[in-house]
Amino acid sequence: MTQSGQVRIKRDYLLCSGCRRCEIACSLFHDKRIWPEASRVRVFMFIPGVEIPHLCFQCDNPKCVEACPEGALSVDGQTGAIIVDNGLCTACGSCIDACPGHVPHLHPDGSRIVICDLCGGDPECVKVCTDGKWDALTLLQHDEVHPKEQQPETPQELTHRTGMLILGERTLKEVWDE
Amino acid sequence: MRGYAGKYLDIDLSSREIKERSFPDRLLRDYVGGRGLATRILWNRLGKRWEEVDPLGPENILLMLTGPLTGYFPGTKICVSGKSPQCNGVVGSTIAGEFGADLKCAGCDGLIISGRAEKPCYIMVLDDQVEIKDASPIWGRQARETFRYLNKRSIDEIKAKRPTYGEVKDPSILYIGPAGENATRVAVVLAKYSHAAGYGGYGGVMGSKNLKAVVAKGFGPLPEVDDPESMAAMHKSMSAKAYEREQWRRWGTGGGGYYFGAGSSSEPIRNWQEEWHDNEAYSGDEFDKFWVKKYWGDFGCPVTCLKLAVLRSGKYDGTICDNPDYELQAFEGTNLGIFDPETNIHFAQLINEAGLCGIQGGAVLGLAGELYQRGILTSDDLQGIDLRWGNVEAFERLLRLVVKREAIGDVLAQGVYRAAREIGRRKGVDLTNYVVQEKGMAIGGHGIRSGKDYISNPIGFACSTQGGDHGSAARFPPVGDFGELSAILHDSAVYCAFAKSVDNDEIFQFYTAITGWEQTSEEWYNKKALRILQLQRAMLLLGGPDVNWKPKIDDDNPPRFWEPLPSGPYAGKTLNRVSFERTRARYYRAVGWDKNGVPTPETLTSLGLHSVDSKLKEAGFRK
Repeated sequence: MTQSGQVRIKRDYLLCSGCRRCEIACSLFHDKRIWPEASRVRVFMFIPGVEIPHLCFQCDNPKCVEACPEGALSVDGQTGAIIVDNGLCTACGSCIDACPGHVPHLHPDGSRIVICDLCGGDPECVKVCTDGKWDALTLLQHDEVHPKEQQPETPQELTHRTGMLILGERTLKEVWDE
Repeated sequence: MRGYAGKYLDIDLSSREIKERSFPDRLLRDYVGGRGLATRILWNRLGKRWEEVDPLGPENILLMLTGPLTGYFPGTKICVSGKSPQCNGVVGSTIAGEFGADLKCAGCDGLIISGRAEKPCYIMVLDDQVEIKDASPIWGRQARETFRYLNKRSIDEIKAKRPTYGEVKDPSILYIGPAGENATRVAVVLAKYSHAAGYGGYGGVMGSKNLKAVVAKGFGPLPEVDDPESMAAMHKSMSAKAYEREQWRRWGTGGGGYYFGAGSSSEPIRNWQEEWHDNEAYSGDEFDKFWVKKYWGDFGCPVTCLKLAVLRSGKYDGTICDNPDYELQAFEGTNLGIFDPETNIHFAQLINEAGLCGIQGGAVLGLAGELYQRGILTSDDLQGIDLRWGNVEAFERLLRLVVKREAIGDVLAQGVYRAAREIGRRKGVDLTNYVVQEKGMAIGGHGIRSGKDYISNPIGFACSTQGGDHGSAARFPPVGDFGELSAILHDSAVYCAFAKSVDNDEIFQFYTAITGWEQTSEEWYNKKALRILQLQRAMLLLGGPDVNWKPKIDDDNPPRFWEPLPSGPYAGKTLNRVSFERTRARYYRAVGWDKNGVPTPETLTSLGLHSVDSKLKEAGFRK
């Protein structure tokens, strides 16, 4: 059920400039440092020109929450974000396997999982992407998002789909060991 | 020490020994990083026998250095350096991408690479693990294949080492194509598909060391900074200023192929025989049709002035290439008599795939074109190639000979200056008048005769310590936001000068926020940058072993720049000899050189460069 106040991040991969300013903004907000690997949004570039900002898709029935053996994951009632309880998380990785998009990843210090928490409802990555007028990441109310763009997919699947659009099948095969 | 990881890797490819080095604060304060630090390291290690060091021999040292601003500044680069096989001095050659940030996240400020590997190899830096790995499966491969192989392989390896981490992002890769492997003097170091460290010729230096690539991946944060709040606030304010540069963001230099011809009459056309054209088929709009990404950039960039060009139909279907920037629109286009965007994009891709320098490679093909036009080179000399202007297939065939160093290609692979000297010797004619070069380097696509180019200074190339490098042109007066002392700031603090949208004073403030070290502009221009300039000048003058530059005599523009412009709205315009010599003399004085352009003993000793003074004395530069 959609609640007012819930937000989602919409992505348009064709508009991603590959600037990775989302990673900078995210890590500055959460870790107070520029730390691309700690960022909850990560830009994958298996093919130069096909950059994929990858972050939580906020499924309606998040499998990661179900899969967590410690009960460390929950959905925030206000924002709809997945919240990791760092005290309970053992970094076992069950949520990564359960996520159809393989979105969660370990914080590089190895202690816990990091998942987009929407910065409490006003995500830094969206601000930096829209301030710069790239608009690859934009903020929409929960029910406004076209479901197709919000389907959880792996970086490889998204690279394939976006690569097909940008390069076409033949060139895509030439430049990428899928 | 803030803003630095505090560690450099010192890698000897001959012995396969890898050492960790740190440098004292004093050295880093004075020489900063990138170009400045490279210059000092080269002087310390090779200065005494500089003239004997073969840039393409195992004794040369290749440096890939970040600076304190790398990663933090919105617009990231890394600086590649060493003794240049083009000018035989030191060139700071920067390249965009994530590499500099990745390296610092791996806890490393740079690599100092010496010796020569027995077999083709590549270096992998994964946090604190450094390995020299076998590159024989990719030796001989072109750019895309090399990138594809290394990217996939590295990701798989990192995944195997971090099985529970989750999906693993790609590492950063610097590599060479066949032109580098074959140690041509016109080869670049590449990143992604077509990002390049061009000037200097360090692709050939990598090749001479049997080094195909360097891969870097860091899981850590960028090093701690002195004042995180100011750093973050300035990151934001500097980016906001960059956002306002609408035209620059929209076009990058991709409208240059038309503008520098039609607007400023400063574009190389058919080996600089003309600098004006007004062919609208070559305008930015015509290139724009092939851009699948109109705003494309690298780590932290607020400008994203790059564009990705893809051809999905026609003769060159399947082409994927950074849209030719202005330099490649010129040197892989107008300079070869090509005025068609699709053909230019295709030709730029060929150059990139081979790892040839867009500027040096295109310039040497253009030189061959003019020698053919004049009947000095015949199709017999060219393996039967009919090298008419605009004959793309012919230029393609010649390009392949250059990359392989076959037949005439071996001569052309030495770059415009050396090629003209050798062809002239063989033919018994002086070809100086047809070579647009400065100190062994083809001059970038910015003619200075019309006075309308952004480099309109008559001493811009003549007095630069990096020869034909249009990004490091000299300027009188030398102090200020333009000119070589400013270029030394960009290349030593190591950030993207194209993304820089603030004046140097803000750069100094940002430097202080990161390092905690004060930096006044007076001290920069009068001490630090000036000191780096003297070292570069000294090593350029020492040169050797195959070329040497005479101070003053060689601090001149190429003969062609003294001829009147033959066409366009500025037809008849040329440089004024008297005013040039006056400006040059003033510049010499302003940077502490004597009337012949040699750094004076007073200048050198006041900057603490006593060893440089002794060396210049010993080498006969003091009467």
